[in-house]
Amino acid sequence: MNWNWDVVADFMPRFWDGVLVTLQALVLGSLLAFSLGLVWAIAQRSKVKLIRWPVVGITEFIRNTPLLVQLFFLFYVVPEWGPSMSPLVTGVIGLGLHYSTYTAEVYRAGIDGVPVGQWEAATALSLPRTRTWTAVILPQAIRRVIPALGNYVVAMLKDSPMIAVIGAFEMLGEARAFSNETFTFEAYTIVGVAFIVIAYPASLLIRAMERRLVK
Amino acid sequence: MTWPLFTEWFLPGVWITVQVTLGSAALALLVSFVIGIARSSRLWIVRFAAGCYFEVFRGTSALVFMLWMAFAFPLMFGWVFVPMAAGVVALGLTYGAYGSEIVRGALQSVPAAQREAGIALSFTRAQRLRRIELPQAWPEMVPPFNNLLIELLKGTALVSVISVADMTFAANLSRLASNESAPAYTLLLVAYFVLAFVLTRGMRLVERRAKAGVGQRPEPRRGLRAARKTNPKADAQSAGGVG
Repeated sequence: MNWNWDVVADFMPRFWDGVLVTLQALVLGSLLAFSLGLVWAIAQRSKVKLIRWPVVGITEFIRNTPLLVQLFFLFYVVPEWGPSMSPLVTGVIGLGLHYSTYTAEVYRAGIDGVPVGQWEAATALSLPRTRTWTAVILPQAIRRVIPALGNYVVAMLKDSPMIAVIGAFEMLGEARAFSNETFTFEAYTIVGVAFIVIAYPASLLIRAMERRLVK
Repeated sequence: MTWPLFTEWFLPGVWITVQVTLGSAALALLVSFVIGIARSSRLWIVRFAAGCYFEVFRGTSALVFMLWMAFAFPLMFGWVFVPMAAGVVALGLTYGAYGSEIVRGALQSVPAAQREAGIALSFTRAQRLRRIELPQAWPEMVPPFNNLLIELLKGTALVSVISVADMTFAANLSRLASNESAPAYTLLLVAYFVLAFVLTRGMRLVERRAKAGVGQRPEPRRGLRAARKTNPKADAQSAGGVG
């Protein structure tokens, strides 16, 4: 094994740039996934078939096809009819959209877990529908599912290197470019270790939240 | 996608995708059982080692690991993998870590009285595992394994990045060759969806047989959607998204 610390030192500035882009993609992607997932979850409970069925179909399709291919689709096909987007924006949309179908399931389970009595109480108080959702159901449902959502943030972190394939310079993109320029391999190793170093404390944090929030 | 591209790259690509899926699923299954059983071992050192494996590979990004196997590993240790082998090993080891959590959870859910009965009949630990615990835990494992298999199928698209000629690779070729990407990628998405559907159906059969083996009736569930209806918390922990 031939490991060269000088190469590591050379790579470090670009590594931190990559970390920054990864975190950007992760935060924006999570926000998108959380909000869109909630929309899917509520739409799937709609009484109107014309809303429910297409949403169920679309989310099933997105969840059962690879994120990588969806990214290619967003990056190469969508600009044929619509706006062309930068790799990072495409990546955020791809990550957010893909994971929104997972968070929708999480929300669904959370909403199903709210006791029926709560719905009945809201009806008895003749609360309007929006208020029932925002003041009664969602606060109880979301509290319970926060750890599960956190798990998907970690999962999203581990999928974020895929946006390097469409040309975003997050951690893996930087490592790939650096390795190709210098014919070295240390950068890949650094990035690989970095993922473990970020993901492990994150999963510990989620376990701690699980103990506190899920009663 | 032009016709020659379709017959000479895409169709063989489908076969490559299937091969990579089955190959890495077999490896992942082996890893899941070995690590999953080791994590419930009596010896703390075995538990600790298996726990380290689980934590490390659960934190690993499959794509980074795959590129590392393909490009960094040969330079570091002077040992080159065939690209497809690098892909299969990377996917198998990563998804095996998720699978080990499924195995461990299912073994834990076997009632303690079953284990005690085995001890009372003076079974050895291996006998207990093989004759009592695993047969009862297996039906519990099948539905989460199905979810994991779908994640794995989606993960196989990554091998195109290390230039294994799977169906994603073929679609990329088509984009580069003909400069029109919409038909190729749409076809590709549909192909993955169909494969996922077929796998889910197959796993439903496995589940039915596994449940029948311990005298249970499978819960009625519908379509592709159905297989996902597990406890989302456990699901998120075990499968972790990952694909």
